[in-house]
Parts: sequence; C-alpha cells; structure tokens
Amino acid sequence: MSAAAAAAGPSPVERTEQRLRLAAYGLVLLIAVAIPFFLGSYRVGQFTLVLAYSVAVLGLNLLVGYGGLVSLGHGAFFALGAYTSAILIEEAGLPHLMTVPIAAAVCFAAGFVLGLPALRIRGLYLALVTLAVAIAVPQLIKRFDGLTGGTQGLNVAQPTAPGWVPLADDQFLYFLTLVLAIPMFVLAANLVRGRTGRALVAMRESEVAAKAMGVDLARLKTSAFAISSLYAGVAGSLYVFSIGFVAPESFPLTVSFAFLAAIVVGGLATIGGAIFGALFIEFVPIYASDVSDALAGVIYGAVLIAFMYALHGGVMGVLRGTGRRLASRLSREKRKEPLDEPPQPNVAPAASDSPATRPPTITGS
Amino acid sequence: MEELIQTIVDGVAIGSLYGALALAVVLIFRSTGIVNFAQGEMAMFSTFVAWGLLQADVPLGLAVVMTLGIAFLGGMAIERILIRPVEGSDPLTMAVVTLGLFILLNSAAGWIWGFETRSFPSIFPDDSVQLAGADVAVESLGIVALLLAVVGLLYLLFQRTKIGLAVRAVSVNPESSRLSGISVGRTLMIGWGIAAMVGALAGILIAPRLFLDVNFMGGVLIYSFAAATLGGFDSPFGAVVGGWVIGVTENLASTYVDFIGSDLKILVPLTVILAVLLIRPSGLFGSHEVARA
Repeated sequence: MSAAAAAAGPSPVERTEQRLRLAAYGLVLLIAVAIPFFLGSYRVGQFTLVLAYSVAVLGLNLLVGYGGLVSLGHGAFFALGAYTSAILIEEAGLPHLMTVPIAAAVCFAAGFVLGLPALRIRGLYLALVTLAVAIAVPQLIKRFDGLTGGTQGLNVAQPTAPGWVPLADDQFLYFLTLVLAIPMFVLAANLVRGRTGRALVAMRESEVAAKAMGVDLARLKTSAFAISSLYAGVAGSLYVFSIGFVAPESFPLTVSFAFLAAIVVGGLATIGGAIFGALFIEFVPIYASDVSDALAGVIYGAVLIAFMYALHGGVMGVLRGTGRRLASRLSREKRKEPLDEPPQPNVAPAASDSPATRPPTITGS
Repeated sequence: MEELIQTIVDGVAIGSLYGALALAVVLIFRSTGIVNFAQGEMAMFSTFVAWGLLQADVPLGLAVVMTLGIAFLGGMAIERILIRPVEGSDPLTMAVVTLGLFILLNSAAGWIWGFETRSFPSIFPDDSVQLAGADVAVESLGIVALLLAVVGLLYLLFQRTKIGLAVRAVSVNPESSRLSGISVGRTLMIGWGIAAMVGALAGILIAPRLFLDVNFMGGVLIYSFAAATLGGFDSPFGAVVGGWVIGVTENLASTYVDFIGSDLKILVPLTVILAVLLIRPSGLFGSHEVARA
C-alpha cells in the first residue's frame, strides 16, 4: 500500500474489515440476548457471572494492557465493590440498582488512593504493592466483622423480576447485568479510542516520551487506577447480585490472578477480549474441577506462561488476524480480476492499526 | 521484660526466615532484574519434596541435603526452560510469567501431595536456653546462626570464587561478560539454582512453625518482599537486615498493639513496603536506580 493510498482514506480491504468487525459485534450481541432463552437457569446464572467478571477484566485491561501498570490486586477492589453493595442492601436497605453507583464511587476513590504510590513506584514494585493489598483484604474483612459479618459472610437478597417484566428471575438478573455491562464496554471503547487511551499507550511504551509530549503522568496514573477500580467495583456489585452471598473466602488471591489470566487470554490492550477472558475464568475451573481441584490452577499457570510466549495478542489477536485475512480475500474476490502479484494474505493495514489497538510488544529494555 | 526479650528474639528468628527468602528474591533480582513472584512457591514445592522424602523414611538430615540438591537443579531447570525465553522483556511479561509459575507450582503441589495441612519436623532439638533471664528456644538461635552461615557462605562464593565473579559480572553487564568468555546463560542458571536452594532452606525452616500446606509460603513471600524492599532489593545484606526489622516489628506489633493482634499482622509488611517505596525507594542499603530513556 502506497502512502498516497493510505492518505486517501480506508482501502477496500479496510472497509471490508470494518464491516466484518461490525458483523462480529452484532453476532456477539445477538448471542448475548439469546442466551437466557435457550439455556437452563443454572447455565444462565453462569453466564450472568461471565458478564460480571468481564466488567472487572475490562477495567484491569485498561490499567495493565493499555497503561502498562501491573496490578495484581484487583480482587481487592472487586471485593470492596461487592461488600459495599452487600452492606448497603442488607444494612441500609437500599434498592439494588442504587448500590451500583455507590460501589463504583467507593472503588473509584480507593483506586485513586492506591494510585498515589503508583506515581513513584514503577514496574514490578507496583505489582508488589498491589499483591500485598490483595493478600491483606481477606484479613481486613475478617477483622471488621461488625460491618462485614466476618468469616460468616453476608447473605444478600437477589434482585427479583418486577411484575411487568415477562421474565423469570434468573433471566431478569441476566438482562440486568447485561444492561449494566454494555455501557461499561462502550465507555471503555470510547476511552481508549480518545485522548486518554493514546496517553495510556504512550505512557506504557515510554514514560519519558509521553511526558515530553505533554502527558500529565501523575494525573493519568491516578485516574487510570481510579477508573480501573471503578470497573472492578461495578463488577463486584454485579457479582453480589448474581451470587447473593459474600464472605472473605469469596475473594482469595486467586481472584486477582484469575483476572490477570483473563486479560492475557482475551488479549492485552483489547476491549472485546474481556468477554473471552471472562468465559475462560468462569468455565475452565468448572470443567477442570471434574478432573482434579488442582487442575484449574495448573491450566491457569500454564496458559499464562504459554500466552506470554506464543500468543501475545490473546484470543482477540487471533480473531483480528483471521478477520484481516478474511477481509483481504473477500475484497479481492469482489474485484474479480487476476492479480499480477502473488496474493499477500497478511497485508498489514497501517492506517486502521492505530497504536491503541495493537497489543503491547515485547521490547528489550 | 522477659516477654519483651522473648518477643524480640523470636522476631529475629522469624525475621531470619523472611530474610532467607528475601535473599533468594534479591539474588535473582540482582542478576536478571526479575522480581520472582514464584520464589515462595518454589520454596513450598521444595519443602513438600523434603516431606515426601521423610514419608519414604529418609532420615531428616539426608532429606534436607537431598532437597537442597533437588531445589538447585529445579531452579536451574526453571531458568533454562521458563525464564530464558522472556529474559530482558518488559516488566509485564516477566511478572505474568513468574505469576504463572506461582499458580502452576501451587496447583501442582496440591495435585501431587494434596491440600491437607501437615506437620513438619524441626531440624533443631525442642529445647530452650537462658538468655538474659528469658527462656529462648534453641530453634530460634539455630535459625539465626544458620542464616548467618548461609550469608557467610554466599559472601565467600561471590567474592572468592570464579563462579561468584562470573555471577557478579553478568549482573553488572551481560554483554561485556559474554565478550570476555563467560557463558551468561549458564551463569544465570547457577544464580537461579542458588536462589532456589536458599529459598528451599527457608521453607524447611519455616514449615515446623507454620505447618506445611500448599499456601503456607504465600504470606511469608509478602514479608520477604517487605524485607527485600526495606533492604534495597539489590542488597543481600540489606535483605537479611530488612528481614530482622520486619520480623521484630511484626512480633512487637502483634504482642503490644491490640488493634493489630494476630489478624492484622499482614498490615505490617504492607505498610513497610508502601512507606519505603514512597519515602526512600532505594531502601536502606540499595543502590539508586539510574534509568536511561
């Protein structure tokens, strides 16, 4: 592709790719709406959890995938959101939906505070701090048992379908979660496409260069942490709605690790990857525990390592590559003329592949 | 007064154990720039190997020696197979890979040896001696003495042997080391082997106190990260001193501060890590990080 062609706007291949992408979004949305009508209530419950997890995974990906700030403690914010909702529903008697923005706000504030050390701490040190936070959280929950119910946990009434909705409770809960999750995805997609997303990616690639280009690193880091924990908090709320119970044991360190595994599987620095990641962390343990309690962990560990070696783009990377190949084949068939050069299945569409959509590359440091 | 002395001596003993694991973390960090999140789980796995040997009626002393040997080989294998392909890549990749190793080892140990909690014999006699009017367990003194011996041996190894010189050279400048004929890969493998061995020793010494299960090193890892951070992350000496400070602080806090008690002990390392990183990121004995853009 010549420079002139790139400047003239999207090439036919890119336009086809765009259409394919839209078709994929439509298909995913169609499946998401159809799920509760074709599956039993147990399965619907599992997919409700997938939606809740996907929101947390998405938030973590904003921080880790786009911003390059490694957090191993997102289970802590997930727990904070869950407990905020649980306590507000059970103790203060608030309606379910009202607790979601409050949980989001609480986690936003907590994330902002944890983001403050991130101003001075970089790379692996940050991972270390967040890991310590994640380990401390179950202990803190147990310690403040007056509020949290201690090791006994809290039972929370689940939302029920109002009379005018012709849905069973599990279907209603699923759609409630879906309706809350979709805006989170749209917001995240807009965020990374805009100024903030570009600044995050610039910071990931080089803090010095980002600073030189006028990125306010301090503000960016704290707000990235805050927004990312807001997502985890909303996910925590949704988790409580769907499980109806919280206890310190619901939030072991493995939750934080699972979220990290999910973004690696779905694809670092992708939006749609959160869904695949969430499917992975919901269903792999369920099927693995049939074989052995330890198998899920073995798979998580092996997958984390294997993806970092071989599939840096995760599932989304594979899908994008396939879409690109498909698009170039489709647009070539449409032209119906023989090519004078051999077909190049892997044409890199330079114009559409903005840095924000590219997975982080391994660079020597 | 007696209680105070006992608390402090016990703090130094448990702090020596944190220091030992911190030492393992620091050894790897110095040579490769990797914070090995799996260090605790490597130690846990080794301790289970020792436990397995004991179940097979191997005498304790021999089991410990065999375990240290196995840990050395295991550490070298991990470096060669898992770490080598991602060496020198970005922090995210390295963090994810060592975390993957963390989860893998944890689950593999559960698969092989089960998730039950087991008791592990101490290598020291269950006895106590008088020290400044307080009863002090022989185990505590033994642990401190053993850690000092390990530090002494490591010092001799790094300062007085050719292998040690090679390890130091590689950690300063791998490129130049390679040009002067040092096999960088082999040297890094040896570094990981030594770290795994020190970690295994820490695991074997901690297991009698905390009991052995697949998660028993999780908390210890955070304490030793705190120790390493306080000491300066690239200073072995700092790791040991950091371990002592953390151990004593933790014991004093949980004995004398009611709010903390035994539940919130974990806040001690967390606070230390945060405070050190915010106030003096290079720790007590660490070298300042100089970054080139």
